[in-house]
Amino acid sequence: MWIRSTLVYRTSFAAAVLTNFLVTALDFVVIWMMFSQATSLGGYSFAETAFLYGTASVSFGITALLLGSVDDLGLRVRDGSLDAFLVRPAPVLVQVAADRFGLRRLGRFLQGALVLGWSLTRLDLDWTPAKLLLLPVMLLSGAAIFGAVYVAGAAFQFWAQDAAEAQSAFTFGGLTLLQYPPTVFARDFVIGVTFVVPLAFVNWLPALYVLGRPYPVGLPWWLAFTPPLVAAGSCALAGLAWRAGVRSYRSTGS
Amino acid sequence: MGSCRLYAAVAAGGFRRYATYRSATAAGVFTNTVFGFIVAYTYLALWDERPGLGGYDQAQALTYVWIGQALAQALSMFNAGFAVDMVARIRNGDIAVDLYRPVDLQLWYLAGDLGRAVFQLFSRGLVPLTVGALAFPLALPGDPVVWLEFLVAVALAVVVSFAIRYVLALSAFWLLDGSGVLQFGGLVGMFFTGLLLPLNAMPGALGDIARVLPWASLLQMPADILLGARSGAAEVLMAYAFQAGWAVVLLAAGRLLQSSATRKVVLQGG
Repeated sequence: MWIRSTLVYRTSFAAAVLTNFLVTALDFVVIWMMFSQATSLGGYSFAETAFLYGTASVSFGITALLLGSVDDLGLRVRDGSLDAFLVRPAPVLVQVAADRFGLRRLGRFLQGALVLGWSLTRLDLDWTPAKLLLLPVMLLSGAAIFGAVYVAGAAFQFWAQDAAEAQSAFTFGGLTLLQYPPTVFARDFVIGVTFVVPLAFVNWLPALYVLGRPYPVGLPWWLAFTPPLVAAGSCALAGLAWRAGVRSYRSTGS
Repeated sequence: MGSCRLYAAVAAGGFRRYATYRSATAAGVFTNTVFGFIVAYTYLALWDERPGLGGYDQAQALTYVWIGQALAQALSMFNAGFAVDMVARIRNGDIAVDLYRPVDLQLWYLAGDLGRAVFQLFSRGLVPLTVGALAFPLALPGDPVVWLEFLVAVALAVVVSFAIRYVLALSAFWLLDGSGVLQFGGLVGMFFTGLLLPLNAMPGALGDIARVLPWASLLQMPADILLGARSGAAEVLMAYAFQAGWAVVLLAAGRLLQSSATRKVVLQGG
């Protein structure tokens, strides 16, 4: 319904997708400007960084498209509109995600895909079947990991209703982090996003295998193939957090 | 004298309104701090490759990052603040009531926004800057006079930021829905403010253009004063003149748009 209502106004929809595309492109412009001043960043070339940027943005773009509405959960708790979802015979999470479904968010996905495609034409990689297979697996698992972060963040808002902004540190912050090479960041930071919030599995670990780059903090190479498992695990944990959130929910005014 | 008291009360209201949401403030401080770390590391990598880029050494570049995170909310770099309310009031017609009141609409919104900025400067500014100073070697000045000069530049920056958003919000009179303009203006503004990369470090013609646009008043001028990149009475006054110039031009543009919009409302017959 939200898609149909959006598509009724074709020009307006096209303008919204284009705006989303241009606005998300600005962070790639920043990376481009950095490389116009330096030939490498943390030892990585522009094409390699663009590959990291593209993979992170495509995964995030898929998640934002499907779950982008989830982060106003705190607002729904505050104004009581969540109550309507609880009495309907459909999963609450699906309803929250589908309400105000923003097809305009396609812009970010398209922009990421374009940068990823460009980087692939510039990189000189020896493709193996394993690497070819890893690429789509990485993009989808990455989207699932970002999705788990979104849902866990939304679940947190059942308790801290006006703390939606803290979620941005993990979603948009995570995206920004993964758009740069891991060698840029301090060792403790990389350990944190590998073992505490498993963002490194979104693209860093599989992408470094595809690029044939050494791993940060001495991690083994086969971790490149674990993103689906990590995705499944994080989604399960996020699901538990969400259930706990829904159970503890006591409408407004109590 | 009476109207002075009125605007002071509106400013105090703006302060209190934002001071009410404590967990939102805490969440914002956390997010600004995390972003500060991420951007600081990317700058370290860039300044490793290009020492002295944009006239900053590494410590100055890192300080720039943390000043940016500390001022982001006070200068409304991500969100349109009052302009969201104003656009909604233009759409549903409530603005007619506002225009009928015996107060100046622009000054009314400006007072409220100044109150908000004072609250966010101290609540959301101090913590990220302190964390940044503890985690990285920053180039913060010891001279209180420089800090005072910096605060004056920040005050002028708040006025320019307000004036930009006021003009954007008024566009809703013609477009009916101003939220798209606010969103676009906000993100373009964030880019040209230099929150992501200092305007000094932007290459070629893009950098030249960015440095004369009104958004250069927001972060670049206060940061340059605090970093000592602009020091001495003459250079500091030049920075103030740049900011004040844009403030006057944009506030005047807001008045002009407002009066032509009001005429339009009257023509429609209310």
